[in-house]
Amino acid sequence: MSNSSLRPNADADSSPEEQPTVLELDGISKRYGSESVIQDLSLDVRDGEILTLLGPSGCGKTTTLRLIAGLERPDAGTVRLDDHLVSGPDTFVAPEQRGVGVVFQEFALFPHMTARENVAFGLHEWDAADREARVDYLLDLVGLETQGDSRPDELSGGQQQRVALARSLAPEPDVLLLDEPFSNLDVDLRVQMREEVRRILKEAGVTAISVTHDQEEAMSISDRVAVVNDGQIEQVGRPEQVFQHPESRFVAGFLGHASFISGYVHGDVVETELGDVPRDRIHGLAPEYDHTKIDILVRPDDVAVNRPEVACDGGDGGGEGEIVARRYLGPTILYEVELANGDNVQCMHNHDETVPLDEPTCVRLEADHELAWFPREQRSGTDDRVGDD
Amino acid sequence: MATASTPDADAGSQDRDELPLAPTVASAAVAAAVLLPVLWLIRTGFDVSPTSAAELLSRPETLRVFLNSAAMVAAVTGASILIGVPLAYLTVRTDLPFARFWTVVIALPLVIPSYVGAFAFVSAFGPNGALQRILAPVGVESLPTIYGLPGAVLVLTLYTYPYVYITTRAALKSFDTTLVEAARTLEHSRWEAFKRITWPQVRPAVAAGSLLVALYALADFGTPAIMRFDAFTRVIFVEFNSFGDGRQMAILLSLQLVAVTLVILTLESRIRGAEVQAGAGRSTDVVELGLLRWPALLAPALLAGVSLVVPLGILLGWLAAGGSTVGQSLALEPEYVVNSVGVSAAAALATILAGLPIAYLAARHDHPLASAFERVSYVGYAVPGVVLGLALVFLGTSYATPIYQTLYLLVFAYVVRFLPQAVGSMRTSFLRVNPALPEAARTLGRTSIGAFRHVTLPLVAPGLFGGAALVFLTTMKELEVTLMLRPSGFKTLVLHIWTAYESGYFGDAAAPALILLGVSGLSMLVILSQEGYNVK
Repeated sequence: MSNSSLRPNADADSSPEEQPTVLELDGISKRYGSESVIQDLSLDVRDGEILTLLGPSGCGKTTTLRLIAGLERPDAGTVRLDDHLVSGPDTFVAPEQRGVGVVFQEFALFPHMTARENVAFGLHEWDAADREARVDYLLDLVGLETQGDSRPDELSGGQQQRVALARSLAPEPDVLLLDEPFSNLDVDLRVQMREEVRRILKEAGVTAISVTHDQEEAMSISDRVAVVNDGQIEQVGRPEQVFQHPESRFVAGFLGHASFISGYVHGDVVETELGDVPRDRIHGLAPEYDHTKIDILVRPDDVAVNRPEVACDGGDGGGEGEIVARRYLGPTILYEVELANGDNVQCMHNHDETVPLDEPTCVRLEADHELAWFPREQRSGTDDRVGDD
Repeated sequence: MATASTPDADAGSQDRDELPLAPTVASAAVAAAVLLPVLWLIRTGFDVSPTSAAELLSRPETLRVFLNSAAMVAAVTGASILIGVPLAYLTVRTDLPFARFWTVVIALPLVIPSYVGAFAFVSAFGPNGALQRILAPVGVESLPTIYGLPGAVLVLTLYTYPYVYITTRAALKSFDTTLVEAARTLEHSRWEAFKRITWPQVRPAVAAGSLLVALYALADFGTPAIMRFDAFTRVIFVEFNSFGDGRQMAILLSLQLVAVTLVILTLESRIRGAEVQAGAGRSTDVVELGLLRWPALLAPALLAGVSLVVPLGILLGWLAAGGSTVGQSLALEPEYVVNSVGVSAAAALATILAGLPIAYLAARHDHPLASAFERVSYVGYAVPGVVLGLALVFLGTSYATPIYQTLYLLVFAYVVRFLPQAVGSMRTSFLRVNPALPEAARTLGRTSIGAFRHVTLPLVAPGLFGGAALVFLTTMKELEVTLMLRPSGFKTLVLHIWTAYESGYFGDAAAPALILLGVSGLSMLVILSQEGYNVK
């Protein structure tokens, strides 16, 4: 699911945790009329990292970017850039004085100017020679050396995005904000541009905050991901950490398919419909949860269904279930299996392994990594995939 | 790139919080100035003592004027629908030969100011007119009179039906004809499909066009005046020029006329909101006229013949005849052209400057005050020229004597009249600028003023220029306000035509009228290029 292994230098040169904080949001709130968009949001962004705000549309992530840029004023809380207060109860620094670059969702290239003029727009106070050199360097950085004299409407979507990136990087901003930077591109181009944008940002050495609702995109370009829900940050961490160890059911469900199977903690094992799971396979299961019910998070690639002729042998060999739905996704097939206790589990298979519908089958847990879990009490209302029993 | 974005649900790109100070103050000042004449008129209306008001309003004369206007507006509107809708269908949906050519020709009568048309029709079909002179040798002694209701309706219809034609055509163009095909596969004949599918979708556009026609007919002064038909505008003008209680009568009739206009405007704004925007027609479903294909050409050809050839023929005939021999004083002086151009340019500049802050706020801010300013700016639509002229004469003579009978007051009147055109055209251009563009400029180190100057202004410049051109060209042919507020001794092309008409030396009107036709043609080009009137 995650492309993190493809990343050129994931956490290789310097661990972002050691870098100083460049941007600090503290207790930010914003409301439009009676509608509260952001409540008490706090976030630290460190020098040189790429952090992505990930969340469903309407969760307040774009508004957060606009508050950082100074395009909106928060109702409460403070924003600090490089330890300077730029937004607070009595302070508001205008966007043009913040040193924050923005790549807008639809790129917002000035249609009456060429690519060069767009890139040079923010350099109006530089002297001409420096400006020309800087524009040349940036066009070269984004691979548009030959397109400088084209107008935005003569450029393809990917080229427009490169110009937008070059333009926002030109005045050497301390922080670069990217608002859904890939949503305007075709699917194929999107994957290619992700890698490209990450390369450019790292080469420019800029601190970047991007916003997206696409979890794959967030995982593949970011050093850290902050999952936003309903105007608040649910979890911040490295992509694999957030994916493998979600701290809330929302995070679990938003990053990829998530199913929950109920289990009972009993000594060294957790008893589930799919057989006993050794206790050490459950991530950080504390002793105080002995003899309680918990829910274990399983991803579709953690479980497998067998053909009907392979019987369940009980114990840890799997559990009885019935396939209630099958979704053909091309390379893979996603089965939805209803277990005997009513829990539903999603399960991913290769496209050539077909299992018939509406027949009893055997479901096995095949994960070889630690599994995340949630106490049973949390279940109410936060996940509608699991029936309330 | 320059198209307005549809912001994400959480983008919040509209400033709902506060309006910027400078444009707000400027807009408030303009709105107040524009409202002043109307408020003044209403105030003066209250000055008329209740008893004399009741007496004036209960005169049979008052009722007659109202009924006259109502009959004229109803007849013009009905006739325009009967002409405009079938022609729109004919040129959009059938295989009429040379449909593109006819599309232009059918819309062309809008170019002719209705007073010029009326003028030409009186000369052609009136007593001792061109037609009678041709027919005299054959023994035709007299023609049925053109004066009165029939003449007014004829002329107004011929020069306003294009409003219905254009709106209906646009709706038919954007109408998805696969819907008709779907209906036909569901066992509907072509006629049934038109009734149940096409007509309901086109109806709002027809209504919108009809209301434009109605507004025009109600407010037009030149045609009823020339046709000697006692509609509101003519009677107001006559009463205004008379003594005694004439002025009170003019005020009361003006207030009535404004009330009727407001009713029509309310209807219009309701209908405009209901307009359905269907997707563009994907299929090329064309109705084959078969044997009727060539005979069908008669309809647009006849119409063009009457509405375009008659006035052009008359004017060119006069021009060829070389004008009158007696009226040396009526010769066209270059000074009139200079005056027309000068005063129109001043009006265009003033109107754009006055409309700029209002259009900017209306397009950029979702604030009740911003939309209130915009509504107020539309007062020029609701107040017919004669009424505005009257109000400004009263205001000028009692409170603004220093500028009464000066060009300042005249230009101010033009601003009030044509502000809606300018605001409309500028607001559209502001809306087309993606709000993220000035924001991008801010994040690249420009102040809000710098962002406006370097990004927004260059992008809206064509709209500003288009709006200015429109005001310039409409001012050139404006009749009523010019007639009532001109400084003494000030003469323009329009005033020259009017003098020629009043003194009966029709021939002297030929040259200025032809110049005005050229000017109107230009203004049509501007409107069409702005509204994307696609001939294809």
